[in-house]
Amino acid sequence: MTSSILQASDMTDHLDLLESHAIFILREVVAECERPVLLFSGGKDSAVLLHLAAKAFAPQSLPFPVMHIDTGQNFPEVIEFRDRTVTHHGARLVVASVQDSIDQGKVVDPGPMGPRNRLQTVTLLDAITVHGFDAAFGGARRDEDKARAKERILSFRDAFGQWDPRQQRPELWQLYQGKVNPGEHLRAFPLSDWTELDIWQYIEREQMDLPEIYFAHERDVVLRDGMYLAVGPFVEPRDDEKVERIVVRFRTVGDANLTGAVVSSAATLAAIVAEISLANVSERGATRGDDKFSETAMEDRKREGYF
Amino acid sequence: MKLAAKDLLRLATVGSVDDGKSTLIGRLLVDTRQLFDDQLDAVAAASEKRGVGDLDLSFVTDGLRAEREQGITIDVAYRYASTPTRKFIIADCPGHVQYTRNMATGASTADLALVVLNVAHGVKEQTRRHLCIAALLGVRTIIVAVNKMDEVNWSEAAYVSVVDELTTLSHELGFESITSIPTSALLGENVVERSAHLEWYDGPTVLQALEGCDAGSWTHTRSGSRLPVQWVLRQNGGGRTYAGMLNGATLHEGDAVTLLPANIETTVTAITSGSGARHAATAGLSVDVALAAETDAGRGDMIATAPLPTVTKEFAATVCWFGDQPMRANQRLRLKHTTKVTPVRLRELSGVVDIGTLSVSPATELATNDIGLVTLQTADWLVVDDYRDNRVTGSFVLIDEVTNATVAAGMVGRASFL
Repeated sequence: MTSSILQASDMTDHLDLLESHAIFILREVVAECERPVLLFSGGKDSAVLLHLAAKAFAPQSLPFPVMHIDTGQNFPEVIEFRDRTVTHHGARLVVASVQDSIDQGKVVDPGPMGPRNRLQTVTLLDAITVHGFDAAFGGARRDEDKARAKERILSFRDAFGQWDPRQQRPELWQLYQGKVNPGEHLRAFPLSDWTELDIWQYIEREQMDLPEIYFAHERDVVLRDGMYLAVGPFVEPRDDEKVERIVVRFRTVGDANLTGAVVSSAATLAAIVAEISLANVSERGATRGDDKFSETAMEDRKREGYF
Repeated sequence: MKLAAKDLLRLATVGSVDDGKSTLIGRLLVDTRQLFDDQLDAVAAASEKRGVGDLDLSFVTDGLRAEREQGITIDVAYRYASTPTRKFIIADCPGHVQYTRNMATGASTADLALVVLNVAHGVKEQTRRHLCIAALLGVRTIIVAVNKMDEVNWSEAAYVSVVDELTTLSHELGFESITSIPTSALLGENVVERSAHLEWYDGPTVLQALEGCDAGSWTHTRSGSRLPVQWVLRQNGGGRTYAGMLNGATLHEGDAVTLLPANIETTVTAITSGSGARHAATAGLSVDVALAAETDAGRGDMIATAPLPTVTKEFAATVCWFGDQPMRANQRLRLKHTTKVTPVRLRELSGVVDIGTLSVSPATELATNDIGLVTLQTADWLVVDDYRDNRVTGSFVLIDEVTNATVAAGMVGRASFL
């Protein structure tokens, strides 16, 4: 046996352990499932997930495609980031479009500016069926929401795509067992134990690329329902609203008409880490219109098959 | 701003229904300022809606609709807290007997159990069951919050009587470190803030006790290094490396290792982790290892250093049965151990454990939530350690072949107290 004294490069901190756990989960699901897919929104969490997936299988290419559920109401910077990141990793991109679900009459058209967040579930479940995916990796974290805090790392979905919180599989040790019968599938959440701060510290450590809208910039916004919404194709100022040009950044990335900007001057990864470590409002509370409908909005959507 | 490196402590809450586990975790998160303002507002709104006072802290972790409606915890809630030098992963486990499998899920990776007891009720049947399962699952350290001290007028005698009862049981179950603390989670006394009513107590608060514990002990073992091969990576320019999560002793470049079950002796020539090449790797890291010998090792094999694990197709084990249908001798199931899946048969059911007396009596079947001593026979070779020596290579789950449901948690060998 060689010297047991650890050198600096051999030390391990919480980011190494979180990274290792996520890589372990990615490899385990790929080994046990037939047709996995990675859900990629272009947001920071799915960017970290894709970064980890590339590490888990390097130097080989990704053993699964990447799928974007496209609501058609994205920030353009996020679509540009999606395309350059997928190219960078040499991944195969599948785009499933909410507009197609609307055109096929599977969901009701909420109008050009109407919210499409909840409609994504239909598009997602259709795409999973059409492509025969039996496992879908997602970047959800347990610290985001109280329903997510209850979910297993491998979350079983029945033939209707539903999550039953009362009948979750026991998940002991790190024995993730991913076998499902035809028609059923798994959602796998390798970032379950990461917090928002862990995500940013990791992005900083790895010097990862992200959509520009995460960093402070000047933008025209209107104040609506207590959130600053970016004026653009999906948000038109109403008569009683005043357009302001202020320095903001986005703390989460969702649909352009549901995601609020936060007033911030954090223009670098280091500045964002500092800002998040002092924050007193949660990222969903600060920025997400989709969670504001009821106390159990996330649980209700998850039961239907949402991410 | 450079934040300090942190370690990672995993803990599970243990105790009976209504003794205040969720309230205590809620209190811990609120008083250490881990909750955001909007999350606190949501808890206050939910409390008001159900007419349960200003701020029902159990709503911090009881997130499901049914849990809030019934006022109970059904499934494990994972919560996260951070101090400058430590990240905590908290599994708040349910107390009801029918959710024992969820409690076992939370406790299986815990470095320590945070036991919550009602001082007026002492050690209830369900607390006893949970402590027994925590001990079986290899938890060695417990912190005991003797809660609801406000309801017994802060009585030292009441506290001492519960602690005596608990200490006796804890020694039977083989816990190595026991810290008892009188608390009122409801009023926030001795959780984070020191109590003003307990002048006779000068020990640590719950937070102080948590900060003083060893982190990562669930992967600390008495075994050699173990790398269950998860995935084989083909390197550019030829050659293969073996990927997996390391456990057991630290693995070093140059270490002599044995590939099992093939029994091929070779040496480690390189170790890589997510952050690059390393000279050594500790338990819990996903690594990629190059070996000197050419081998045809694949998923399900194990790379190990001395003392070597056992290669076997038949072994004694302790199982917690979670299936809705009873488990019977000769039953066929699937077994997952590390990265290996194999058909398995229950060769012999030697007995069922009585939680009340910790005695073992003969049985012909195991019902839901029963703990049994069994002998299992597998179709393929397994590479195992005794669970007491290694919680990763000593553990397995049993899977129903038809529904794919996880129907049992298993541990190789038998706990010393059985």
